[in-house]
Amino acid sequence: MSAVGPALHHDAPHESAVGHVTGRARYVDDLPEPPGLLHAVLVTAPMARGRALVVDAVGAGGAEGVVAVLTAADIPGDPYIGPIVHDEPLLALDQIGYHGQPVAVVLAEGRELARRAAEQVVVRAEPLEPVLGIEQGIAAGRFHTAPHTITRGDVEAALAGAHLLITGEVQTPAQDHFYLETQCALAIPGEGGSLEIWSSTQHPTEVQRATAGALRLPQAAVSCRVPRMGGGFGGKESQATQPAVLAALGARHTGRPVKLWLDRSEDMRITGKRHPFLGRYRAGFDADGRLLGLEVQLYSDGGWTADLSGPVMDRALFHLDNAYHVPALRFSGRVVQTDLPSNTAFRGFGGPQGIYVVEDALERAASRLGLPPEAVRRRNYYGDAPRDQTPYGQRVPGPPIAAMHDRLVRTAGLSRRRGAIAAANAVSRHTKRGLGLVPVKFGISFTASLLNQAGALVLVYADGTVQLNHGGTEMGQGLHTKVRAVCADVLGVPVDTIRVMDTSTDKIPNTSATAASSGSDLNGAAVAEAARRIRERMVPIAASLLGLDEGTSPTFRGGEVYGEGRSISFAEVANACWVQQIPLSATGFYRTPGIAYDPQQGRGTPFFYFAWGIALVEVEVLGLTGEHRIQRVDILHDVGNSLIPNIDVGQIEGAFVQGVGWLTGEEVIHGDDGRCLTHGPSTYKVPSVGDVPLQMRIELLDQPAEADTIGRSKAVGEPPFVLGIAVISALRDAIGAFGEAEAEAEVELALPATPEAILRAVEAQRAR
Amino acid sequence: MRSSPSAEPSTILRFVLNGVALQESEARPTTTLLQWLRRRRHTGTKEGCAEGDCGACTVAILDPGSGRWRAINSCLVLLPMIDGCQVVTVEGLASRNGLHPAQRAMVQAQGSQCGYCTPGFVMSLFEACYRSDLDQPWKLDDQICGNLCRCTGYRPIRDALASVAGQRPDDRFRAASAPGTSGAGLRYEAGGQRFDAPTTLEGALALLRSPTVRIVAGATDLGLEITQRHAHPPHLLSLDRIAELRGVAFDGDELVLGATTALSELEDATEDTLPILHRMLRYFGSRQIKHRGTLGGNLCNASPIGDLAPVLLALDADAVLQGPQGPRTVPLSSFFVGYRTTALEPGELLAQIRLRPPPDSARLGAYKVSRRRELDISAVSAAVQIRLDDQGQVTLARLALGGVGATPLRATAAEAALLGRPWSEESVQQAAHALDQQLTPLSDPRGSSWFRHTLARNLLLGFYEETRLQPFTPLSGRHTGTLILSPGDPR
Ligand SMILES: Cc1cc2nc3c(=O)[nH]c(=O)nc-3n(C[C@H](O)[C@H](O)[C@H](O)COP(=O)(O)OP(=O)(O)OC[C@H]3O[C@@H](n4cnc5c(N)ncnc54)[C@H](O)[C@@H]3O)c2cc1C
Ligand code: FES
Ligand code: FES
Repeated sequence: MSAVGPALHHDAPHESAVGHVTGRARYVDDLPEPPGLLHAVLVTAPMARGRALVVDAVGAGGAEGVVAVLTAADIPGDPYIGPIVHDEPLLALDQIGYHGQPVAVVLAEGRELARRAAEQVVVRAEPLEPVLGIEQGIAAGRFHTAPHTITRGDVEAALAGAHLLITGEVQTPAQDHFYLETQCALAIPGEGGSLEIWSSTQHPTEVQRATAGALRLPQAAVSCRVPRMGGGFGGKESQATQPAVLAALGARHTGRPVKLWLDRSEDMRITGKRHPFLGRYRAGFDADGRLLGLEVQLYSDGGWTADLSGPVMDRALFHLDNAYHVPALRFSGRVVQTDLPSNTAFRGFGGPQGIYVVEDALERAASRLGLPPEAVRRRNYYGDAPRDQTPYGQRVPGPPIAAMHDRLVRTAGLSRRRGAIAAANAVSRHTKRGLGLVPVKFGISFTASLLNQAGALVLVYADGTVQLNHGGTEMGQGLHTKVRAVCADVLGVPVDTIRVMDTSTDKIPNTSATAASSGSDLNGAAVAEAARRIRERMVPIAASLLGLDEGTSPTFRGGEVYGEGRSISFAEVANACWVQQIPLSATGFYRTPGIAYDPQQGRGTPFFYFAWGIALVEVEVLGLTGEHRIQRVDILHDVGNSLIPNIDVGQIEGAFVQGVGWLTGEEVIHGDDGRCLTHGPSTYKVPSVGDVPLQMRIELLDQPAEADTIGRSKAVGEPPFVLGIAVISALRDAIGAFGEAEAEAEVELALPATPEAILRAVEAQRAR
Repeated sequence: MRSSPSAEPSTILRFVLNGVALQESEARPTTTLLQWLRRRRHTGTKEGCAEGDCGACTVAILDPGSGRWRAINSCLVLLPMIDGCQVVTVEGLASRNGLHPAQRAMVQAQGSQCGYCTPGFVMSLFEACYRSDLDQPWKLDDQICGNLCRCTGYRPIRDALASVAGQRPDDRFRAASAPGTSGAGLRYEAGGQRFDAPTTLEGALALLRSPTVRIVAGATDLGLEITQRHAHPPHLLSLDRIAELRGVAFDGDELVLGATTALSELEDATEDTLPILHRMLRYFGSRQIKHRGTLGGNLCNASPIGDLAPVLLALDADAVLQGPQGPRTVPLSSFFVGYRTTALEPGELLAQIRLRPPPDSARLGAYKVSRRRELDISAVSAAVQIRLDDQGQVTLARLALGGVGATPLRATAAEAALLGRPWSEESVQQAAHALDQQLTPLSDPRGSSWFRHTLARNLLLGFYEETRLQPFTPLSGRHTGTLILSPGDPR
């Protein structure tokens, strides 16, 4: 499948598509088992909170096939991990922090033997009353962070003078990542105390660093490789580290290769989720629904350790404005500590949770003012100065959102459909339809500015084929496909002459996690630089082979090098470079320019640019059962000059459906003892094919990025997740239609909007 | 094409994997096919849950009965259950000529992102290639509702499916036919466990005398005990090869449903003869589950949320039990004696369900409400049968429910409230009130007591609405919910 046409800005199959459909694409658990492999199974805590922990492994240690049972006492180096705050014991020390916390690791000749032995390990502790929710945590005064506050203008005065003041409270739910591939790591001891770790991680450098710390090794002794992941979504950004380090610990301890694979139930019980948020707000509006002031207090449930909760809260605060200009404001956020698994990164990283709050305020304002919600939204969008200042003082250059809104309203036929739905609803007693329109503005960059860096290493061989290394990891988002296209574009070679290598810390050091939607922005730019350097070295050689005049440059295209009507193959040029002793490897490096943020002041330019989108959703609700179906969604999304359009469309569709899952069918339920009750797909229901909108119409805005990004493209991984909120807006619209006097009927719909929650809301409307 | 009952049972497992004939005599009988495959480096097939709910482990087997390829969950199939079968995994599809159409379609439609769900989807698409009955959009959904994808949002996968469904490529898979097993039955022992698959009822009853023996049919329920609760039953007895326990046929005016009939077979067989059961099966499990799960397994696990029981209760079905003393018949309403317990005595098995299909004039409804429409366990399931006389008075009322008590049950108070009354909203409201009084549902993660109460009465009201709106209840299109009160989407 040689693609000799232009590699960039054109549709292309996923780089591993054939591997995927033949089963040949390898994931960590598929790698050939090295001889002498031991299997590790975790022993986990049987209570949510406890002290005076005692682990009795005498029985298990002697069980069939067991080689070792390791506890925290067996960690030679630092017993703590944690991506920012170093507060997470790799294995429980003397306290238990949540139900399911790893306490010990059993290493045995087979997984079943290890599992059976793990059941025999006795874990005792003195139980303490657990804190299992945000409000409980606030009451107990348990916080991971000090408040982070962003203010502008005199919000009290704005609220006092408002025509309409809304006081609201919003609770957004947890969400399990449910990547299809569960956490897995394979650690192989090497020469001279070195270790090679194959990990399903979004952050190989973090695995390397934490392993070096825990095992008291120099970082250079540890390398971490990632073939690909079967989905990550943020769940393998920080939380793949623990299984990987534990596998490494086992390998170090026994001198044998060790695999630690979590089955679905273990994975769901042990790992953290999307942060549930509680938002309390006061919002002031004028009579036309213009937002005058907004005061928000956010709390998130961080779980037992800090993990990435601080930055997740920051991003939530940065997105409380969504696409709207808020003249006066006070936003404050704080992470609560609970006795639950540590909540972590998940697509959107707090952004969706923040955005939900302002969307709730706007919906309620529309309902109380008797205005269509889309009209209220339209009125509040960012615009020309002075309506182009974010709460934290970054300018929003030329916001496209009002124009996008108008375009979507037109192409999706909003007003015609509003009329048709009102007429249909009037004569239908038990089914009602509703529409919801929600925009998104999403800030692109790691909010911890230093993380915005990436490296690449490109190797060209004498036959003209290429190996491409970069620091990003492939989890399905199409990063390798995009980055390979960038490399092909610069070198002017067909994409299938470029082999994208496993991500490995022995090729690219000190990488950032592949996260924050920034994978192709950062790594693409680094790859472009590396490829450019090689091409520059090849130019003089090619020029002389083609006999070009000085000052005339050859063109690299489609595996050929052209000049003055002649051409030679890229391979010939590469070979000539070798013969003439020209180096054909180069590194590239990229750092995002001009971003900085001061959390003390709540001011700065945390983002390189913003990505935009807007969705219109139509749902039908069956009032007798609370079931619903999404009839149609229209999305217009800004991905700049798309690097690979079909991959971006795939990201938009997938993110949208995942966002729908977050707010409708998915529900993480813990028992009173803190035990996770929804630890498998039988009880935790991610969307299936029938939950997908009957019609999906996705359009790309097709407008170059204003910032100098790779190919003038924009990031796409996270922003469309937010558009799932439009389903809630549409559901509220439909549920409201079950009431008598529509304008008065403010809908109370709990999240996630399961059939039960919808049925409750419908019954409440009907009771009016 | 299994050979005659008289031959000696085989003690070795034989099956054909991707065209290669294999034997196995060491794996424990409770080894799942998925474990076996992955241990032998057939790692194309993935494990996403080991509970039948994600489809990453999907493989296809050639069903000896129908000669058709069936997508199944390899995580719930025990190795001895595929003895004598042809198995195809994702690694076995491509040939020297290139990718199989199911694979090509997935590549072309951009049906994979992370790729972890992909082998499973490919195998569901593979089955679809050779099906000729995927003629409606909802059937396409049904074909892949047993496969979860967390990346794509399904649209491209559904497109890929639509492009290959019913294509029947002229290839070695179409030409395939089942190999014969080595012997009549199977008597397999390994690792201290035993698995018997006799070919006669007498053989099964003889084995059932042992107190340690456990019946296994499709293992979609029992398999969970093995993969999730790590049980290792010492002795399993499969009823799979006993021809007389399987199939759907009329005996006079009675419809006889064999206990080991696979749910997908039942679904096909009842489309015309018993549409009410067919309608419930539409929202039952997934394609993969229905290929393995059986009618008998669904009733004998006596789960309060088993979906077929309400339908069969509403049809006044009888259960025929076979035991050492010969057959006996009990009304299904006395078959469920308590939470997860049945009227089966030790040594007995369920052989058949018998019922008289209702007259065309009877109005019927079957409903299931769960958190997710596809592949989910009911919060409440319900089935209703109403017959009216010429004056529109109710002459027979049956309302059966799952999810509202310790067993599937008949709502006798509501039935009584309807009997002899006109079929009107007022009568139905009164029946709903009576229903409220009778039910004592529990709260659990699938739904609160309030939810279940409200659903039970609303389903009855909704059934009434269905009878009012439509002369009969069609089953087509992609509807919003279990009650068909709006046109639905034909796409
Ligand atoms: C992913 C998934 C989805 C599911 N979805 C649904 C659903 O939507 N609705 C629903 O109702 N159920 C559902 N189930 C449950 C299960 O699939 C069904 O109950 C199925 O019908 C069980 O049949 P089986 O042949 O697989 O039973 P098995 O697992 O083989 O057996 C179940 C029990 O019945 C006994 N048994 C089986 N046959 C006989 C017999 N003839 N005589 C005596 N005892 C017997 C066995 O000993 C065992 O105790 C689901 C299960 C899974 C894993
Ligand atoms: S592994 Fe999930 S269905 Fe088999
Ligand atoms: S492609 Fe990742 S789960 Fe389907």
